[in-house]
Amino acid sequence: MTSHSAPPRAGGLDDGTAEGRVYTVSGQDWDQLVAAADQAADTPGTGHMVINMGPQHPSTHGVLRLILTLDGETVTECRVGIGYLHTGIEKNMEYRTWTQGVTFCTRADYLMPIFNETSYCLAVERLLGIEDRIPDRANIIRVLMMELNRIGSHLGGLGPFGLEIGATTIFMQGVRLRENTLDLMELITGLRMNHAYIRPGGVAQDLPPGALEKIREFLRHAPTWTGELHKLMDSNPIFTGRTKGVAYLDLEGCTALGVTGPILRSAGLPWDLRKSQPYCGYETYEFDVPTATSCDTYGRYEIRMAEIDQSLRIMEQCVDRLAGTRPAEDPVMIPDAKIGWPARLSLGPDGLGPSPEHIAHIMGQSMEALIHHFKLVTEGFRVPAGQAYVPIESPKGELGCHVVSDGGTRPYRVHIRDPSFHHMQAMAALCEGALLADVIPAIASIDPVLGGIDR
Amino acid sequence: MSEHSGSGTPGDGAAEEQANLPARAGDERLAEPVARRGMFGTSTSGDTSGYGRLQVRVPPELSTPRPYGSYFDELTDELARVLEADGTGFGDAVERVIADRGELTFHVRRERLPEVAAKLRDEPGLAFGLCTGVSGVHYPAETGRELRAIYHLLSITHNRRVRLEVTAPDEDPHIPSLIDVYPALDWHERETWDFFGIIFDGHPSLTRIEMPDDWKGHPQRKDYPLGGIPVEYRGTKVPPPDERRSYA
Repeated sequence: MTSHSAPPRAGGLDDGTAEGRVYTVSGQDWDQLVAAADQAADTPGTGHMVINMGPQHPSTHGVLRLILTLDGETVTECRVGIGYLHTGIEKNMEYRTWTQGVTFCTRADYLMPIFNETSYCLAVERLLGIEDRIPDRANIIRVLMMELNRIGSHLGGLGPFGLEIGATTIFMQGVRLRENTLDLMELITGLRMNHAYIRPGGVAQDLPPGALEKIREFLRHAPTWTGELHKLMDSNPIFTGRTKGVAYLDLEGCTALGVTGPILRSAGLPWDLRKSQPYCGYETYEFDVPTATSCDTYGRYEIRMAEIDQSLRIMEQCVDRLAGTRPAEDPVMIPDAKIGWPARLSLGPDGLGPSPEHIAHIMGQSMEALIHHFKLVTEGFRVPAGQAYVPIESPKGELGCHVVSDGGTRPYRVHIRDPSFHHMQAMAALCEGALLADVIPAIASIDPVLGGIDR
Repeated sequence: MSEHSGSGTPGDGAAEEQANLPARAGDERLAEPVARRGMFGTSTSGDTSGYGRLQVRVPPELSTPRPYGSYFDELTDELARVLEADGTGFGDAVERVIADRGELTFHVRRERLPEVAAKLRDEPGLAFGLCTGVSGVHYPAETGRELRAIYHLLSITHNRRVRLEVTAPDEDPHIPSLIDVYPALDWHERETWDFFGIIFDGHPSLTRIEMPDDWKGHPQRKDYPLGGIPVEYRGTKVPPPDERRSYA
């Protein structure tokens, strides 16, 4: 600010698009701004200020806008503006085949792509009535991938959390371990994100050679790395000061606002769909559901760290099951020729494509197989009319996919019930009455991803 | 449609026999509205398949016959008991009950929705404390009930789920808001209005949430095109996805 007499003010905003007076803050002009706000005609004497936080891309969360009304440093009102990342995933899925739909829904919450895919595929499988016919190996691989993704998602929330409260070391440690989960994802699916790996009927392809050794290596090192994170955060006075008692939400608030996942468990309720309504064979794995009773950001941090340990435990069990002697016929896709084509892939010198044996079969041996292949690829399979809602326990909470079919080869309607969408509604309950600085840990404790909220 | 494949409530013998005569059933079938004509989604090219005059009719909406299986019978009886005890009938509030693929759906008359939802939440035998959202579905062919709002409820107490389905016509797209019963529906009702144009009466601020504030239209409706431009690749033009051939 050059002149002390005139309050800081943005130009060209008297066009009626904004209510009240609009100021642009450029730094070191806080006192003038407060004085100007005190004298403002719309809020005389109250000193209330409406601050626009965003829309911007705070680390990995996506584009979020918060409209905060401040009384000094206290937040008196918090409104959330979303929709900046709306890409019409649900609408697009209505114009693609059931299998192609996976490519779209995986992009919703891009930090937990495997969960989006699994939820959608389980719903399609329920409509097809093939839930009980999914091969065991496919289910084990699904669980393995989900738990690997859970670790990655939690670290993608905790690492940037450190960055957001000013601790770059925590960020680097978190990202380092997350890189390892992404390396494994890349090895198994070919991509770091947007995998389209889980498909209706099974998974896209079997684990590549050497994958189990790599996973074992990861499982050996992971506890050391999470131990370092514990050392950095558990009793760090700055971290505990910023998180303990911050963003309080009790059980009643959670159920009223539809909040699930680590936030609900931080209120003391051991509600985990993997235990209460198991899917993909989770009832056969040994693991615990960590809870806390503090209802605050620190409790949610503790739960996420404990869940990483539990995920490692489940992954170990998966690896043991996959490493056992393998029967001759042990497919990763349902042995139903009407559904199962897209799994017959193999990695050639020019990338992933149909396996050479399959090409030889349809091009040289069987005309019927060629027709069948052509119909499956161009039309896709039909799904009996009806609707299904399959919820799964994602790293963030209950992720459900509501799928409606009219009996055709494309979904009639797909709705992804993303946990972050419900959790962001709780922002007002978490922030109002707290300090402005507490808004950041509150967002981090929700661990939202706007890709999932906006879809 | 397996959802509609169940038979209706059995009446007395003679009338039932009369209704099941093939000729009679055929007449009734022809009186039903047409959902779709032709095949492959094409209308411009010449029809060489013979499928061009195909008419697919809207199937009749029927309840699933009892027993529903699982905990569904017990839950339905409990809701019926609660609604009857209140003096208002179960049959008046819940038009149809469908148990399909291990999921239970109550088709609730829209005027009665808040009352049914409040009972589902508050009665200890039901205790559906958590609502995991509402989403819409648009059926342009089903005249008089084009719009659907679908709620999924969860009872943590009893570890049960139930789905509520409410219809509204396109001419009068109003459904009572459930925000007083389930505050969690705040954003979801806004989203369903944004995407489908269903007006939730009683919602304190039914505004755009995903689309920009000045957006025209409701993009998830079936009469709203997906949009897109044709893409040329190696001399071939690929039309945008919503103009490609559809096999449904």
